[in-house]
Amino acid sequence: MGFFLEVLAGGLLAGVMYSLVAIGFVLIYKASGVFNFAQGAMVLFAALTFVSLLERGVPFWLSFVITLLAMVALALLIERAVLRPLVNRPPITLFMATLGLSYVIEGAAQALWGAQVHGLDLGIKDEPFEFAGLLLSQFDLFAAATAAVLVTTLSLLFSKTRIGLSLRAVADDPLAALAIGIRLQRIWAVVWAVAGFVGLVAGLLWGARLGVQFSLSLIVLKALPVLIIGGFTSIGGAIVGGLIIGASEKLAEVYIGPLIGGGIENWFPYVLALLFLLVRPAGLFGERAIERV
Amino acid sequence: MKTIKQQFHRIATTLVGAALLSGAAHAANEQYFPLQSYRVGPYAAGGTGFFGGFIDYMQYINAKGGVNGVKLTWSECETEYVVEKGVECYERLKKGLNGAPAAATNPLSVGIAYATLDRSTADKLPLITINHGRTDSTDGSVFPYAFPLQLNPYSEVSAIVNYIAQKSGGLDKLKGKKIVTLFHGSPYGKETNPILELLAKKYGFELTLIEVPHPGNEQQSQWLNIRRLKPDWVILRGWGVMNPVALKTAQKTGFPADHIIGNIWSNSEDDAAPAGDAAKGYISITTHPSGTSFAVLQDIKKNVIDAGKGNLADPKRFGNVYYNLGVVNGILNVEAVRLAQEKFGKKPLTGEQVRWGFEHLNLDDKRLKELGALGLVQPLKLSCADHEGGGAVRFQQWDGQKWNVISDWVQADRKLLRPIIEESSHKYAKEKNITPRDCSKES
Repeated sequence: MGFFLEVLAGGLLAGVMYSLVAIGFVLIYKASGVFNFAQGAMVLFAALTFVSLLERGVPFWLSFVITLLAMVALALLIERAVLRPLVNRPPITLFMATLGLSYVIEGAAQALWGAQVHGLDLGIKDEPFEFAGLLLSQFDLFAAATAAVLVTTLSLLFSKTRIGLSLRAVADDPLAALAIGIRLQRIWAVVWAVAGFVGLVAGLLWGARLGVQFSLSLIVLKALPVLIIGGFTSIGGAIVGGLIIGASEKLAEVYIGPLIGGGIENWFPYVLALLFLLVRPAGLFGERAIERV
Repeated sequence: MKTIKQQFHRIATTLVGAALLSGAAHAANEQYFPLQSYRVGPYAAGGTGFFGGFIDYMQYINAKGGVNGVKLTWSECETEYVVEKGVECYERLKKGLNGAPAAATNPLSVGIAYATLDRSTADKLPLITINHGRTDSTDGSVFPYAFPLQLNPYSEVSAIVNYIAQKSGGLDKLKGKKIVTLFHGSPYGKETNPILELLAKKYGFELTLIEVPHPGNEQQSQWLNIRRLKPDWVILRGWGVMNPVALKTAQKTGFPADHIIGNIWSNSEDDAAPAGDAAKGYISITTHPSGTSFAVLQDIKKNVIDAGKGNLADPKRFGNVYYNLGVVNGILNVEAVRLAQEKFGKKPLTGEQVRWGFEHLNLDDKRLKELGALGLVQPLKLSCADHEGGGAVRFQQWDGQKWNVISDWVQADRKLLRPIIEESSHKYAKEKNITPRDCSKES
C-alpha cells in the first residue's frame, strides 16, 4: 500500500507540471479559439533566454524581467505578423499558422542562444524527504505551490478585472465584443503575453528538472491529453486533467506496464483521453458547444 | 538558323567543358568529405560538438599541408537528425565536390546509417558509424562498406559488465548481483537487451530491464520501481534529455549516482551538467576522454583555434566529449586515407580505395604517439572480418564540473560476442542474397 501511495503522490505532483504547460494553451484558446501549437516552443524560448542571460552574469530577477519583456515583445509580434492578417480565417488555418510558428520560434531560439544544453539551478533542492512514510521532493511541492498561485492569480484576473471581463467577452463572442468597443487586437496581445508569462514559469520549472534544451518544446505532447480531459477552456480543468493524467500514467506504468512489456507511459494518457472524448467530448470542465443546425 | 543553333550549341558545350575542366583542375588534389551534419533540432548539442571536432581536425591537417599534399575539403548538409533529410543529403553529396571524390560518409545517426547502408554498398562509399551503428556490421565479410569503428553496442555492454565484475572482485562474484538496465524506448535502446540477458545467464546476475519511453522527460515510476528492486548497479542506456532526468530522478528517489553507469551516448558533459549536484559521482564509459591536454588537441588549438578558424560557436566546448569524438573520428578517417594512399598513390582516392584504408587501419601505441593521440584513441586493428577493431572502453566519473578517467581500458568479451554477431550478419546476408567475402583471400 505504501508503494502504491508513493507512486500515486509522485504521479499527482508530475501532473501539476503538465498542467503548467496546459494552462498556456487554455489561455489562448479561451480568448481566441486558437489551439496554439507553438506553446512548447514559447516555453523553450523563454527558458533559453532566461538561462543564457543568467550565464552572462545578469542577476536572477533582472534576467526574469528581461525574459518577460522578450516574451511580451514576442506576443506583440505574433499578434501583428500572424494573427491580425489571419483574422476571421477558419480555426484550422490559425492552427496551421501556430504549427509553423513553433518551428520559427524553435529555430530562432537556437540561432540566437546556441544549441548546447544548459543546467538551471533555481536553488530548490530536488532531494527526497519522508513525509508520513511517503517519499516526496521539495521541488515537486514548490512546483505544486507555484501552480496554485498561478491558477489563483489567473482566476482573479479573469473574474475581477476589467481586462479579464473583456477577455471573457471576446471568448464568448468576438463580434459582439467588437460591437461594444472592445479592441480585439489588444486583447489578443494581452492574452499572448500572459501565455508567454505562463510559458516562462513552466520553462523555468521544467528547465530546472530537464536542463534547458530543445526537448523542452516536446512537453506539449504531455499537455495535449491533459487538455482533452480537463477541457480546452478551463484553467481549473487543466489542473484536474493534469492530476488525472499524472497519476494514471504512473500507476499504469508500474502496475500494467510489466504485463505488456513496459514503456506505456507515453501512449497510455492518449488512450485515456480518447475514452474521455467518447464520453465527454468537451472534457470535464470545457464549455459545450451548442449550435443551431 | 541551323548554323546559328549549331554555333550556339558548340559555344555552350565549350563553356560547360571549360567550367568542368577548371573545376577538375582546381580539385585535382583534393579529397572530399560529405558531412551530413545536424546543427539545429533536438540533438544539435551532439552534432555541433562532433562535426566541430571533425572539421577542426581536417583544418589542422590542411594547415600541415594535407594528407601527403592532398588537401581535405568538405561541405555540410543539415539533417536535423531526421532520416529522410539524411538520405537526401547523402544523395546530394555522394558524388563529390568540384571534382574532388568523396572518401566516406559519417552521419553520426543510427537511423541515417541504417537508411543509407544499402546505398553505401551500392555506391562503394564507406559508411562510418563510430561507436554506434548495426552491431553485425562488425562482420566485414557481409558488410564491406560499413565500419562501426572502435565500439559496437554489444561490446559496450560486455565491457560494462566486465567493469562491474572488476569492482565486485571477479566475474565469479557477479552471481547473485542485481543489475537494472534503464533503456531508451527505441531500437537503439533495445538493441543490447538480448546480450545483457545472455550475460546474466552466463554469469548468474539478476537482470531487470526497464524501458523509458522517448524522449524520457518523466521517469518517476521507473525510478520508484528501481528503488523497490534495490539493485547493486543501474546501467543507463540513454539518449538526450533522458540522461539528466535519470540522474535527477535517481537523486529524488535516493539511488546513489556512483552506482549508475552510463553508456556511450550517456557520457557527455551535456548529459551530466544539467543534472547539477545529482550527477556528482555518476560513472560512464568512454572511448575518448575529454580534455585538452593531448598533443593533437594542443596542435589543433595552436593551428586552428588560436588562428580564429575554429568551427565551434562556443570555444568553451573545445575538448569536451562530443568535440573529442569528432577529433577521434577525424584521426581515423584521415589515417584511412593516408593508408590507402600508400597502396593506391598519393592522390585523391575513390570511396572504394578509402574502404581498403579503413579495413587495414592498424593504430598501435607507437602510431598513436606519432599522431599525438596516445590515451585519446584506443589501439585499433581492423581487418576484412573485423570492422570494429577495438572493443575497449575506459570509465570516467563526473565530479560536478568535469569528467575524470577512473580506469584503464576495459576490454569487451569479443570472443563470446563474435558467434552472435556472425549469426546475425549471416542471416542478413541470406535475406539480402549477399555472398559473404572470403576474408582469407583479401589482402
